[in-house]
Parts: sequence; structure tokens; C-alpha cells
Amino acid sequence: MIPAGFEYHRPTDVASAIEILKTHGDEARVVAGGHSLIPMMKLRMADLAHLIDLQDIEGLKGIEIGAETVSIGAMVTQHELITHAGLSEALPIIREAALQIADPQVRYLGTVGGNVANGDPGNDMPGLMQCLDATYVIEGAEGSRTVSARDFYQSAYFTAREDDEILTRIEIPRLPAGTGYAYEKQKRKIGDYATAACGALVTMQGGTCTAASVAMTNLSDTPVWSEEAGAALVGTSCGPDAVAAAVAASLAAINPTQDNRGPVEFKRHVAGVIIRRAIEGAVARA
Amino acid sequence: MSKHHYKITVNGKPRDVLAEPRELLIHTLREQLGVKGPHIGCETSHCGACTVDMNGKSVKACTVFVAQANGAEITTVEGLVNPDGSLGVIQEMFREHHGLQCGYCTPGMITRAHRLLQENPTPTEEEVRFGMAGNLCRCTGYQNIVKAILASADMLNAQKEAAE
Repeated sequence: MIPAGFEYHRPTDVASAIEILKTHGDEARVVAGGHSLIPMMKLRMADLAHLIDLQDIEGLKGIEIGAETVSIGAMVTQHELITHAGLSEALPIIREAALQIADPQVRYLGTVGGNVANGDPGNDMPGLMQCLDATYVIEGAEGSRTVSARDFYQSAYFTAREDDEILTRIEIPRLPAGTGYAYEKQKRKIGDYATAACGALVTMQGGTCTAASVAMTNLSDTPVWSEEAGAALVGTSCGPDAVAAAVAASLAAINPTQDNRGPVEFKRHVAGVIIRRAIEGAVARA
Repeated sequence: MSKHHYKITVNGKPRDVLAEPRELLIHTLREQLGVKGPHIGCETSHCGACTVDMNGKSVKACTVFVAQANGAEITTVEGLVNPDGSLGVIQEMFREHHGLQCGYCTPGMITRAHRLLQENPTPTEEEVRFGMAGNLCRCTGYQNIVKAILASADMLNAQKEAAE
């Protein structure tokens, strides 16, 4: 499987990459780890004349653990997310989710920026970033802007990013003390996309839930963050009734379709199990 | 589309290749450089038969363009032999424990196992299985592959201890 020919660019700063994007319009695409784009190019389902490789842009790398915010460069790989000690301490849910993505070889090259920017509903990081209330930094010729992960996804592969913009960093607020987490994923085999996946964060103070966030992966044509699911938990002790209400609210927000992972009824059933496990797991760790 | 010169270091030797940017690293290695250890299995990033070590990472050479590998250090199964040309420890343990049947997945398995043991010299069986999840074998059922890698870890650690 040989892709169609293209011109290859390897700029060393974001401004140069944006300049190449502007010059060639929709004939150009950026490539990060390439593990979504290159298979599509080999199948000739992605057609482009200019490939802009971001691997030499230092400004897109690195993880910064701040007092209030964690900042992750778009070119940080899943492998780096898993092995970064400071990140595992600050936001352990990211490591838990990254370990469930693809396989070791893919995680060495696959990046968090590519995963969130591609808009593939099967990708795990978009739902996780909605759960964490992350903000994406997006740069274009006119400068930089920010978009909440919860507002970024419009439909499968359509996002708030314009064709001549590059998603450069992800900013994630640190979590309050007493926050439990879980990322649960049901898949047919290692390396598969989710049949259903769910990230949950629950903050407990003195036995009462003060904040909760629930987001789901591959159960609609975008990731789904359910405000109602979080609201069903806040103010309760997160007992069985509150968890059941949160699961019901989550299930009301999804719209799965039949595919080779099963019919809609099956997906709804699996989603119910996975969402409950994620919420109960987060409560148990809070 | 025009061809360009790319420099890659393969098993310690600097090589210069003339290729279109779209050429996949696996084709550069096998067809231009005659390095036929890495195999082409599924060609869809699933099976791991084409696994090589690139700048200290296990990667599937069917999913990397030669242009992306420009300047990289590549190690293939050929590069894991001892300096005298005899089988390296992981290769020898695959032979000893019969960690293969048809052998098609073996170069990818051994190259991946090499990086796994560099990062985690004392893995548990579960860690070996998780760390090898990107390499498929359709013959063995994996039992002897796992045994071979665990035995390699013991052997490498014993050698390291003896050297100290």
C-alpha cells in the first residue's frame, strides 16, 4: 500500500508551519505521529499534496506541571504521557487512559495533539479532555486563540479548528484534593477502539460530592460530556441511587450507531456497565 | 514528485538513500538497503512484523515515511547479534525456548523485546505480555515467546551482574 506522492516539509517553528498551510490551503496537512493520517494516506482515503511534519518544532513538546494548570505540548506522545512521573502524580487519569490506547509501538509515536485534533470519535483523549475540562490552544496566522475541549467537537472529523490552524498545546486545570478518577474502556482486543469508554472524576469532601465530571468515548459522532451526570452526583454521598441517576443521565446523552462492534442495544448495554464502573471507580478513589 | 537524499543510520552504519518522501521506511530498509530482517505482514500498523527500533523507540516501519526517518538511528534484528556475529541473548533465548514456529513475526518480536527489556530489565510475565501487545504471532500461542523474553531478562541481568 503506497500513498500518492506529496512534497514533504519539516519546519522548525509554528509560524513556518502555518505559513506553509496558508500557502497550500486544503492541499496541505500537518502530521504529528502519523498513526491516523498515514494509514488513511496508504488507503488513498486522505489525499494531499503537501505534508508538514511537526516533529522538529520544539515549542510543541514538553509537559509543564504548574501550581494551577498542567500544560501539555501537542507533540507529546502517548508513551511520554505514560512515563512522565510528574504528570502521573498530578493527573493520574491521563496515564490510566493512555495505557488503554492502541499498542506500545503506536504509543511511541502517537501524540496527544493528533489524538485530540483529528476529531475521530473513536479516539480516547477527546472524551478524557472534556472530562478534565481542558482548553486547547490553537494558533493561526492571526495569532493564538483558545477553545474549550467541551466546545471543540462538531461532528466526526469536524472540529472548531480551521484548516490553516494548528492545535499547539492543551491546558488542564489541576484537580482539588479528594478527587477520585477512573477511565474505563471496553474493547474487543488490545489496540482496538472502544465499544464504549468513559472517564469520570469525583471530588468528595466530608462524605459529600462537591464536583463531578463524566465524559464518554465512541458513543456518538463526537465525545460526549454530560453535565447532567455530574449534577446527579453533586450534593450526594454517591450511593447506589445517585450513581444510577448519573448513569441514566449519561445514557440519555449518547447516540451510538450500529457497526462492527455491535448493534445499538448492545452498545447501550455496554455503555451502562462502563459508565457505572468509571463512576464507582472514581468514588472509590476519592 | 521528485526524489530526495535521506540519511539514516542502520545498525550503526550511516546510509544515504535516494527516495520519494512517500516511500515507507520498511521498503527503504528491505528494497533499497537489503536489510530484510523486518518483514511486511499486514501493512496496516497492526501486526508488528515490521517493527524496528528508531531513536530508541519501537516503531512499525510500515507506518513511517522515509522522510520522517531522515536523520534517525535505526536498529533491526540484524543489529542485535553479538560483535562476533553469533546470536545475541534475545535471539539465542528465542532459539532455546522455541519462541517461534514459522518465524515470520520473529524479527519484530525480538526487536520489540529488545526495547522492552532496555526500559524494564525485570518485567513480570504480565508486563511482558502487555509490552508485546503490538506484535502478533499466528503460530505459537505466545507461550514460548513470553518464556524466551523472561529468560532473556534473566540472562541479561546475570551478564550485567557478572560484569560488575
